[in-house]
Amino acid sequence: MGKKMGDQTIAFLNKPRIVGNYSIVGKKEGCGPFKDYFHYILKDDLFGESSFEHAERKMLEQAIGCSIKNAGMNINDVDLIVGGDLLNQIISTSFTARYFDRPFLGIYGACSTMAESLAIGATFVDGKYLNNVVCATGTHFSTAERQYRFPLELGNQRPPTSQWTVTGAGSTVLRLADEGHMITKATLGKVTDYGIKDANNMGAAMAPAAMSTLISHFKDTKTSPDDYDLILTGDLGKLGSEILMDLMEHNGYKLGKNYNDCGQMMYNNNQKTFQGGSGCGCSAAIFNSFILKKLDEGVYKNVLYAATGALLSTLSTQQGDSIPGICHAVVIERDSKVGE
Amino acid sequence: MDIFLTYLKVFCVGGFICMLGQILIIKTKMTSSRILVLFVCIGAVLEALGLYEPLIDFAKAGAIVPITGFGRSLAKGAIQGLKEMGLLGVFAGGLTATAAGITCAVISAFIFALIFNSKTKKY
Amino acid sequence: MNKEKHFSRNEQYNVYVESKIPKTKDFPTLIWAFLVGGLICVIGQGISDILMLIVPTMGIEEANTWMLIILIFVASFLTGIGVYDRIGVFAGAGSIVPITGFSNSITSPAIEFKKEGIIFGLCVKMFSVAGPVIVSGLVISFVTGIIYLLF
Repeated sequence: MGKKMGDQTIAFLNKPRIVGNYSIVGKKEGCGPFKDYFHYILKDDLFGESSFEHAERKMLEQAIGCSIKNAGMNINDVDLIVGGDLLNQIISTSFTARYFDRPFLGIYGACSTMAESLAIGATFVDGKYLNNVVCATGTHFSTAERQYRFPLELGNQRPPTSQWTVTGAGSTVLRLADEGHMITKATLGKVTDYGIKDANNMGAAMAPAAMSTLISHFKDTKTSPDDYDLILTGDLGKLGSEILMDLMEHNGYKLGKNYNDCGQMMYNNNQKTFQGGSGCGCSAAIFNSFILKKLDEGVYKNVLYAATGALLSTLSTQQGDSIPGICHAVVIERDSKVGE
Repeated sequence: MDIFLTYLKVFCVGGFICMLGQILIIKTKMTSSRILVLFVCIGAVLEALGLYEPLIDFAKAGAIVPITGFGRSLAKGAIQGLKEMGLLGVFAGGLTATAAGITCAVISAFIFALIFNSKTKKY
Repeated sequence: MNKEKHFSRNEQYNVYVESKIPKTKDFPTLIWAFLVGGLICVIGQGISDILMLIVPTMGIEEANTWMLIILIFVASFLTGIGVYDRIGVFAGAGSIVPITGFSNSITSPAIEFKKEGIIFGLCVKMFSVAGPVIVSGLVISFVTGIIYLLF
């Protein structure tokens, strides 16, 4: 049996396992519904650093370092770090990687980076090219805001379709082991553009990409939405996930109660984020805390995690281009030995 | 009573100009830069047509404080400069009339930027 | 894929998305913009009246210029201590359109980009939001002057 299924899906026959994970979030996220699940909550968003960019690096450093520790390993056991972030030239991740002195692959998938790095990492591990791979990503509200939008002190109103970039980072360690939740499949997404030009409505721009990847996944693996305990999209937000449900229903797939979105889960309604969270850190932090914890507890047995990204830059927006989206999906299956 | 009426006029006209801006934000999703640019131009055009001076007589600060008043000063400065110095005044007038405001904005921005650091937004 | 088909699909999707966008209550934001904008103007009028009371020799034009300077300075300070952006959250155009909003749009990038250095951060980026206002204002003032010169 080949490892490729259908058109876009890879099956990991050796089943790489998640042996370590760590999540870290900012103060605002730490007041949200998942405050008891995160490993670490920042007391202030500067994290004792001189700039927000440095704070983002420090968060990533802590996430990667502690996930390696949680996996019971030493930094020298790591064969590869795969990761990315939202800043220009992915400076946060690559600058963090220099402290670890291990091989590094920098990737950019906007907010889909966590799923993309998991897919890449799992491929290396499954193929037995490498033993231990760390997949990490993170974002910071204040760095993303100044790069993509306006200065923080500017007294402007955020439009009602906008989302709040999550301050947070997450890191996962993959290995071929005897214990740990397994990554069994990955569906690599296509860049999908339905002509949305409003950079303040990212959910609508990314929903078609999520639809494209989810449908390909169901076709390739001959599964249906009901086969999963949880289908989790990255950061479509409230509006984006409503659009996705409509689009899926239009194509004959009904996303029911087992569907949720990290963006709309991240904050309480009274936190005034409008459509919810966004950014790499959003789904990375929730995946590495809440989702893996619920897999441990056996609440979920298999999860389809589809992180979505909007591949825009300030330049493309100013030139009036539409926003292409991308979505990568990975399937995580519960190891029944965990938590027993 | 007179003073109350003046302040009521200031409040209503000033508030109304801002409300127009808010309607534009809601209807056209303009960013604040565009709103400011548009209002400066409107102020300058109204001044050039001679319509802004009556508004200032009526509403005083209600018409001076909104950014349309900045546009009015620029246009008024250029027209005055023309009368006093000819073509050279057209070049110099606009900035001369608004020099105090712009310089103050730059100086205070410079000072406070040196003193304060940026903070994460709460909402 | 066929380009025309692509285009009509995108058009349909944009129309659909537009219909899905939640209808926000516009009315309260209009009232807030009116109240805050009006209040800033009233404060301005108050400053100018008090100035003329204290310094009887001061003409109205002079008093108004001083009033604008004071408003700009105070708004810049409020931006620095992080108060002005919170007013902006509910006031919207009520705190953008008055001259205080102009001051805020100069001070906020200056503070934000200080980390990139005094020259290339603070000084260069200072006009990243308010620059267009000064440029367009100067252009239109020049055009006005030229038109007056010709007619």
